[in-house]
Amino acid sequence: MELFVEIVVSICLLGGAAFALVGSIGLARLPDFYMRLHGPAKASTLGVGGMVIGSTIFFSTRGNGLSLHEILVVVFLFITAPISAHIVAKAALHLQLPTVARTRRPENKS
Amino acid sequence: MLNVVIPIAFFMISAALLLNLWRLLIGPSLPDRILALDTMYINAIALLVLYGIYQQGEFYFEAALLIAVMGFVGTVVLSKYLLRGDIIE
Repeated sequence: MELFVEIVVSICLLGGAAFALVGSIGLARLPDFYMRLHGPAKASTLGVGGMVIGSTIFFSTRGNGLSLHEILVVVFLFITAPISAHIVAKAALHLQLPTVARTRRPENKS
Repeated sequence: MLNVVIPIAFFMISAALLLNLWRLLIGPSLPDRILALDTMYINAIALLVLYGIYQQGEFYFEAALLIAVMGFVGTVVLSKYLLRGDIIE
């Protein structure tokens, strides 16, 4: 039982860390801003979500009952990540940042 | 098994933070730097959760929640300043 819990927690931690690393590689390597917005906005919340699920399983099997206050962090992140990505994209559209040729511009710029 | 996995995850999150720092330093425009800071605080939350498992202490989640709240407010305020030239209109 203990080994099974450890394997599940390890898979969650490694998956979360891998998602966070992939999102940051996307932030560092993609060619223009609108592509760079895509990577961390999804992968980082998924990464934190995976690590928090691993942490919840780890602390819930310590014997002190169910441990749910980590969920609060990830619920807050899931609510706020689209809002911050949206408002950063609006700021970038307002500043009319340069794009690579394959990125399509929106028709009605606000 | 966790003794092996936790240092690997520490290494991956630290590499992610270094990549964010590189984007924050070279970022050609201001929204790039805001986005790099946003990703840095999310990775810092992941690092704090991982450190909470490593130390087996439950006090790190309050710090993670504070970083989440303050990082979100900072991102929104910086973008609002770029968008409108003012924060509270």
